Amino acid sequence: MKSAVLLFPGINRESDMVQALEKTTGVKPHVVWHTETTLPKVDLVVVPGGFSYGDYLRCGAIAARSPIMADVKAKAAKGLKVLGVCNGFQIITEAGLLPGALVRNAGLRFVCKEVRLRIENNQTFFTNKMAEGAVVSCPIAHGEGNYIADRETLEELEGEGRVVFRYVEGTNPNGAANDIAGICNAAGNVIGMMPHPENMIEALHGKRDCLPLFESLLAA
Amino acid sequence: MKAKIKVTLKNGVLDPQGKAIEGALGSLGFAGVNSVRQGKFFEVELAETDKAKAQAQLKQMCEKLIANTVIENYDIELA
Repeated sequence: MKSAVLLFPGINRESDMVQALEKTTGVKPHVVWHTETTLPKVDLVVVPGGFSYGDYLRCGAIAARSPIMADVKAKAAKGLKVLGVCNGFQIITEAGLLPGALVRNAGLRFVCKEVRLRIENNQTFFTNKMAEGAVVSCPIAHGEGNYIADRETLEELEGEGRVVFRYVEGTNPNGAANDIAGICNAAGNVIGMMPHPENMIEALHGKRDCLPLFESLLAA
Repeated sequence: MKAKIKVTLKNGVLDPQGKAIEGALGSLGFAGVNSVRQGKFFEVELAETDKAKAQAQLKQMCEKLIANTVIENYDIELA
């Protein structure tokens, strides 16, 4: 299981992601700077969280047009697994790898807390070690995690089981449509999520609820 | 050649920032503010001197970066 973590100016959660991947897959991921034009040979690319380009223009917008993203898009179309977390979710959505958009939290506040997430689809490369409907704790830290899409897109996501993670009913922290916390593309090889599973995998994190997500990578 | 680009949220897309501004105007005593929608404004200076070519170039810029057409509309004005 070889992986790469992309690095853009303003990204600040890459170290946690690198640690989580190394700890769970046993292989240290490549860290790839955004000006590179070709990805190393890997099975998974992770776009981590942070504030790429200071969230200028729209969060994720400028990073999504970086040189490396052309290769990510080309390889994702051929089946390369891509995981975007938080700003990474915003970046891959801006890049057109996932439908919809992430906009300002409905409550306008930056929300940094632990949420409860339901695993809605356990057939993906990041959830196959989870039971369907399982509920896990996971931290969030974002100001723009309010997922929106037009009605047809939402119906398509729901109908095809492409909502992978959902905030437990009544706990939606940002106003996201249908309580959506994470989705995948039609082929299932691209997943984006607002919560930070890399920060809930070891004893020092308080809980290890999200460890099975990373363990899923090995089975995928 | 100078261009002005206005980017606005599409109808139906929630605008919490606009809502907050609307609330603040209300608390400042401005009565009758029915709605506020926040958008973005860009001034772009181009080397291009042909109006049609500039227009085409600006449209591409909007489609590719300046606007997210999933949630935003854009309007280009060439000086």
